[in-house]
Amino acid sequence: MKVQIDSGRCQGHGRCYEIAPGLFGEDEEGYGKVLGDGLVPSGQEREVGLVAANCPERAVTVAEGA
Amino acid sequence: MAVEDRLSKGSRHPDMDRFYDARSEIITGPVADWATDFSHLDPEWLADPYPIMDSLRQECPIAHTERFGGAWLPTLYEDIAAIAYDTERFSSRSVTVSSFRPPRDAAPSGGTPPITSDPPFHHDARKLLLPAFTKTAIARLEPGTRAFCHSLIDGFEGRDVVDAARDYAQEIPSRVIGDMLGLSPEDGGQFREFVRAITREDTYQARDERIKRAGKMFVYVLAAVNDHIEHPREDLITYLLNAEFDGHKLEPKHITGTIALLLTAGVRTTYSSIGVSLWHLAGNPQDRERLVAEPGLLPTAIEEFLRAYGPVTMARLVKEDMHWRGVDMKADDWVLLPFPAANRDPAQFDRAGEVIIDREVNRHAAFGLGIHRCLGSHLARMELRVALEVWLERIPAFTLQDPSAVTWVGNQARGPQTLPLRIR
Repeated sequence: MKVQIDSGRCQGHGRCYEIAPGLFGEDEEGYGKVLGDGLVPSGQEREVGLVAANCPERAVTVAEGA
Repeated sequence: MAVEDRLSKGSRHPDMDRFYDARSEIITGPVADWATDFSHLDPEWLADPYPIMDSLRQECPIAHTERFGGAWLPTLYEDIAAIAYDTERFSSRSVTVSSFRPPRDAAPSGGTPPITSDPPFHHDARKLLLPAFTKTAIARLEPGTRAFCHSLIDGFEGRDVVDAARDYAQEIPSRVIGDMLGLSPEDGGQFREFVRAITREDTYQARDERIKRAGKMFVYVLAAVNDHIEHPREDLITYLLNAEFDGHKLEPKHITGTIALLLTAGVRTTYSSIGVSLWHLAGNPQDRERLVAEPGLLPTAIEEFLRAYGPVTMARLVKEDMHWRGVDMKADDWVLLPFPAANRDPAQFDRAGEVIIDREVNRHAAFGLGIHRCLGSHLARMELRVALEVWLERIPAFTLQDPSAVTWVGNQARGPQTLPLRIR
C-alpha cells in the first residue's frame, strides 16, 4: 500500500500530519508531505485510510500494492 | 524608496473611501421568503440558521435575494466547493457582503490581501505569510496561550456565574494575535479599545459607520507601523516591513491592509468557535463528562465542533453575467459561501445534523476550500484546543445558567456574544 499527496490539490489544512504524524509532515509553508518513501507500514493501513477520508481537498490518495 | 517614505498618512489608498457605491435601494426588514428574499442579517438566521439551511438545501439549493444589490446563497456542499475552487468566475475582491461593493479595480489585491486577492497576485501575497502560520511556528505560541487562559480562569475566583463569551473566549484570540504582530495590550489602552471596536456587533451595513471604522483602523495600524519602523523587533509587523514581493518591498497599502486582516480575521472567528464549543458542552453533559474523562478525544471532538458549528461564511463577487447550475448570475452579484451549510449537507456527512464528538471521518470545510484556506487555521486549532483543555481541567462541571440568556451575533462569523455559565 502506497500513499501520495497531490501537491496541486494540497492547501495546507494539515489534517494528514495531525492524524498520522509518523507518516506525514509539513513543509516550511505548512503543506503536507509524505515522510519516507510512502510505503505504508503494516498495521497502519487504517490510519492512512482515515487521513485520506479527512483531507478537505481530497489530496491524499492511497494505492494498493507497490 | 525608504521604508519611512512608504508609510505616511498620505499613503492611504483612495479605494478605502471610494468603496461602496450602493447598486440599488437598500432593503431591510424581516425576511419574507428564504428562497427569494434571504438575509444573513435576519434575527431568525442569527438565532439558529441550521433549520433554514436544511430546508433551502432540499427546496431551493441556490437561494436568491434582491437585498445587498443582489446576492445568492448556495447550501449544497458540492456547489459551495465548486465556487470556492472557481477563482476564474468568482472574485474575492470583497468577502464581506453588504449593500456596498469595492470598485472593480480594487482587484487583484483587494483591500486586505491576501484574503481579498485573486490570482495571480494572491499566490505571492499568501506565500509570504505562510511560514509564520505553520503548525510548527504556531506551537511556539502554545505555552503563552495556555498561561493566559489560566490567568483568565484565576480571575473567576469567588464567582458562581461567568460570561464565558465575554470573560473567556473573547479575550484569547486578540491577545494571541496582538503578541504575534507586536501590539501590546499595555499600549495605553489603544489596543483594548481597538479590539472592543472589532468585537462588537457589525455595523457594516451603515456606509458612514463603515468608512469611519475603516479610517480609525487605518490610523491605529499606521501608528503601530511607525512605532515598528522606529523600534524594529522580532514580530510580524517588522517582518512585513522587511518582506519583499515581486522583487520590491511591499506597497504601503499592502502592509497596512494585511495587518488589518491579521488583526480582525482571527478574532471574532476564533472566539466564536471557543464560545460555541463551551455552549455545546454546557448543554450536553454527556459530551462534557466524556471529554473530562478522555482528554485525548478532544482533538477529534474539536473537528466535530468545527463541522457542526464552524462560524465562518465567506463571500465572492460574480465576475461576469453567467448561467451557473440553473441560475442566472449577474456581474457583481454577491455569492455567500456558507461553509456551515456545506458542513451539514447529508450528501457529504452521515447523521449530518447530529453532533458526534468521536466522529472519525470528518471532511469538513470549516476553514474553507481551495487557495483561500484559512491562513490561521493552525493558530485557530491551537487556541481552541488550549482554551478547551484549560477550561475542562479547571472547571470540569458547568451548566447554562439560563439558556434563554445566550445571545448570538456575527453576520459572517456566528457565535455566542453572551454566554452565562454556572461554574460552581
